[in-house]
Amino acid sequence: MAEQNGMVERRGAGLWLVHLGLIVGIAFIFFPIWLAFVASTVEQQDIVRPPMPLLPGDQFFSNYARALTSGVNAPVSTMLLNSMIMAVGISLGKIAISLLSAFAIVYFRFPARRLFFWLIFLTLMLPVEVRIVPTYEVIANFGMLNSYQGLILPLIASATATFLFRQFFMTVPDELAEAARVDGAGPMRFFFDILLPMSRTNIAALFVILFIYGWNQYLWPLLITTDPEMNTIVMGIKQMFPSGDDTADWPVIMATSILAMVPPVLVVVGMQRLFIRGLVDSEK
Amino acid sequence: MATLTLNNVKKSFGKTDVIHGISINVADGEFIVIVGPSGCGKSTLLRMVAGLETTTSGDIQIDGRRVNDQEPMDRDIAMVFQNYALYPHMSVFDNMAYGLKIARTPRAEIEERVAHAAKLLQLETYLQRKPRELSGGQRQRVAMGRAIVRKPSVFLFDEPLSNLDAKLRVQMRLEIKALQRELGVTALYVTHDQVEAMTMADRMVVMNGGIADQIGEPLEVYANPATEFVAGFIGSPPTNFLSAEILGQSGDAKIGVRPEHTRLSDSGSLKARAAYSEALGAETLVHLKCADGTQFTVRQDAASMIPQEGTEVGLDWDPANEMRFDSSGRRC
Ligand SMILES: Nc1ncnc2c1ncn2[C@@H]1O[C@H](COP(=O)(O)OP(=O)(O)O)[C@@H](O)[C@H]1O
Ligand SMILES: [Mg+2]
Repeated sequence: MAEQNGMVERRGAGLWLVHLGLIVGIAFIFFPIWLAFVASTVEQQDIVRPPMPLLPGDQFFSNYARALTSGVNAPVSTMLLNSMIMAVGISLGKIAISLLSAFAIVYFRFPARRLFFWLIFLTLMLPVEVRIVPTYEVIANFGMLNSYQGLILPLIASATATFLFRQFFMTVPDELAEAARVDGAGPMRFFFDILLPMSRTNIAALFVILFIYGWNQYLWPLLITTDPEMNTIVMGIKQMFPSGDDTADWPVIMATSILAMVPPVLVVVGMQRLFIRGLVDSEK
Repeated sequence: MATLTLNNVKKSFGKTDVIHGISINVADGEFIVIVGPSGCGKSTLLRMVAGLETTTSGDIQIDGRRVNDQEPMDRDIAMVFQNYALYPHMSVFDNMAYGLKIARTPRAEIEERVAHAAKLLQLETYLQRKPRELSGGQRQRVAMGRAIVRKPSVFLFDEPLSNLDAKLRVQMRLEIKALQRELGVTALYVTHDQVEAMTMADRMVVMNGGIADQIGEPLEVYANPATEFVAGFIGSPPTNFLSAEILGQSGDAKIGVRPEHTRLSDSGSLKARAAYSEALGAETLVHLKCADGTQFTVRQDAASMIPQEGTEVGLDWDPANEMRFDSSGRRC
């Protein structure tokens, strides 16, 4: 009895230690974000004059309104919209294309099927940064600079997602496809009625990852959008820093940074529910 | 409702021949069980009839139509798979209705047919559940329901009971048989379990390595096995085989005697040593070893005397029950 109590106590102490460690860790990571938030709610003078304030000021509404409607080069609301279109376009496009290519590779027997699979796999080694010059050339020749197509199309194929769906499709029993065939479902019918609904948890998980990937694109939008109206928010923040002797408008820049964080967080939180629900009542 | 004809049907996967030419005429409403050990080509044969595998040569006819080149759904068949192959994200109702929806059956008729099947299979209260919320036996019924609602000409079953526990298996095999009778649909049923074959079949096809060794009514096959393989496969415990030599006869024939046709008697000419026995309640299986090492099993009533391990006893049987097979395994 006594020994057991001792063990419980020790475990209790351990638990507290673990929690303390976690709290310190979170505070450590959260502190810069907190500072950014504080900076976005005070006036310019408060920031440039030491010491830095650690508590929010009273300029929240005026700073955020200024950022959203006028910004520095382009209104942040425009940049948010651009980023949203790009991120959603990339993630939906990637999901649609990789679902279809995985479907083709797993369920159809065509010449050089393995070759195509390995070709797709090979492109994993060629991220945007590696092929950025030729890609730029192609997009420029198509006249797609400063356009949503230009932002989305070069990033729309995903070997990782194709591979993921391929692995998932291979775990779907063959008998299911055969049962559908006996029921009279053609290949596309099988895809839409059976494979797609069965993949929805994978799709949700992938959407979260791909949305953040698309949202955080920096180099590519920086290269092909010269018109501030087409800037995405992640690159837009960088564009807000003054190039010459101008002073940086820190409250607006910080408000923009905070705003840039909101959509990914919302997607993660929103999709997490769906994701977990999918996991809890998972198939089989 | 239809007849089914296989005419010298063969199948090869690349260079490997799996089905070596099988012919059978199945009458309308007949229940045919294809039975054989694992890997003998039962599933392949069934899948050829379903249209899930191409036929290398020979003809498959359903109701007189040659269906070799038709898609499964045009053949007017329904199939029940070993692991049920239910669509996991669809409710029981949708699982059963899916084929009808694709065939553009009017909504009212779909509902009526599914309701009818659900009633036959006692699934009425489960129609809105997902397959994962059902027990094994209920899933099995849903798979049956999916086949029934299509009103096919031929039912195809591929080991539909092998994922159920023993008790449920006995119950379901009675239900399937009763259902098939009631609906009057021709059925082709694959199993490796000879008890299922004996109890369910109108006629059975005993397959051995891609060949139909014997086609016939269960009791006929039991009483008159055409080959040594059939004699060994049908009946439990399996037939005892003895060389002619040990019985003091000439030639290289083999003699088969079923355990249930053998008696332990001191007057028996063949002597064997009792090795061990299995008491099953109503009966006891006595396993013995002959002088040349051949295993021999005798089925004894529980009431009769069970020999001690190691004692020598005589074996005796009515010569009318002897089955002779030549060196190639054929009956002679
Ligand atoms: N798609 C295939 N390709 C090559 N060989 C196959 C294929 N399907 C089955 N076989 C072979 O055919 C034989 C019969 O298989 P199957 O019909 O599944 O046997 P059963 O159902 O009687 O256990 C096996 O030896 C198996 O290896
Ligand atoms: Mg099989």
